[in-house]
Amino acid sequence: MSLLARITSITLRKDLRLEWRSKDAINSMLFFALLVVVIFSFAFEPRAEESRHIAGGLIWTAFLFAAVVALNQTWARELKNHVLDAYRVSPAPANALFLSKALGNFLFVSVLELLMTPLFVVFYDLRPLGQVSLLPVVAILGTWALVVNGTFFAAISLRTRSREVMLPLLLFPISIPALLAMVQATSGLLTGEESVRFWITLLAVYDVVFTMVCFLLFDMVLNAE
Amino acid sequence: MSQPIPALSPNVPAVVTNSLSKQFGRFSALRNVTAEFAAGRLYVILGENGAGKSTLLRAVAGLARPSRGTITVLGSPDIRAVAHQIGFMSHPSLLYDEMGGLENLLYFSQLYGMGAHDNDKAFCAQVITTVGLDPELTRTVGQYSQGMRQRMSLARALINNPQLLLLDEPFSNVDAASARAMVKLLATLRDAGKTVFVVTHQPSLLESAANEFIWMLAGQIERRSATFAEGQP
Repeated sequence: MSLLARITSITLRKDLRLEWRSKDAINSMLFFALLVVVIFSFAFEPRAEESRHIAGGLIWTAFLFAAVVALNQTWARELKNHVLDAYRVSPAPANALFLSKALGNFLFVSVLELLMTPLFVVFYDLRPLGQVSLLPVVAILGTWALVVNGTFFAAISLRTRSREVMLPLLLFPISIPALLAMVQATSGLLTGEESVRFWITLLAVYDVVFTMVCFLLFDMVLNAE
Repeated sequence: MSQPIPALSPNVPAVVTNSLSKQFGRFSALRNVTAEFAAGRLYVILGENGAGKSTLLRAVAGLARPSRGTITVLGSPDIRAVAHQIGFMSHPSLLYDEMGGLENLLYFSQLYGMGAHDNDKAFCAQVITTVGLDPELTRTVGQYSQGMRQRMSLARALINNPQLLLLDEPFSNVDAASARAMVKLLATLRDAGKTVFVVTHQPSLLESAANEFIWMLAGQIERRSATFAEGQP
């Protein structure tokens, strides 16, 4: 196993173990997403037809906001007792830390999505008319788009005074193309009215480009003063 | 388990700084520090708060990039290249509160390429014993007393069997007996050929063990002396 893969794996396992013990990220994400679903269901009382049109936007907005909660938690753990310095003085590659955090967040947000999707279906009476088998593809690509940038920008906002506020300010604008693709693809699959090939391709390209950029620049971000 | 790293030749300085300056905004934490520190010695860095002691240590550890000047550590101008030979202990513990002591050490040892085998676990346990703690302790570090946390933090700095040990306030909140034991350990490490830098406000603890006292003032090395008494103004 390469050094990058080995350090990524041990750091990811460490993060999962810490999250399993504290459940900080997953609990706050779940509670937040649940609130969004309930509030939206009170705000709108759509018929099944309308639901299919707006559900894509509602689902991804809820997941985006909930993901921000987890993303803020990611680095908070490393700031406590300045543990990040222990990583920085070690010979472990910076990119491995980034990858492990991004993969960890991907798992947390994926768990959230798995738990919340049935609730969305029930609350909004969703019956997809499109190619449902593509929904997991959109979910995987969309979730990665959120967490890869989110992990990176959460690291950038680490040293700012109000990092909880800074993260959405940095993350949301850069996520607009991905969010648009996620919403359009999900709505397309729910309504079955249009092809979603373009939106899935856009998401895939977005993921590749931003993963590369974040991966290459992370060393600079980690060691910035 | 990590292989013992041979001691540097006494002729090769462990740390060389050349016009080293570090600026934080308009504040100069280090100002043109030019100094050479021989290997295999125990240095005590003294000075008032804000004198630049911790910044000097962080610069040597590679955590603070010089604003001007150069720094050569263990013969290399690229500190990343010798990171596996450096042990760093900071004022905060640099430990995960939610994990046990041994668990913390196993994780950090893996960052140095160890920790995957049973004998690595035994080595981590041995390091914990060396600093006077019980490796079998099941409590998480968050439940440790401040003194225990300091000792575990020292254990973390020793986990890679470093050639250069940088310790920032290692004796704060440590009881007198434990502090004496830590000094004895540092002297043993120095005798084994390792270079040790200690930033402290308790120089009396190290009077018998230190080779040199370095006095810093306003970001500069004011004077160096072989004994504490000799260097006092």
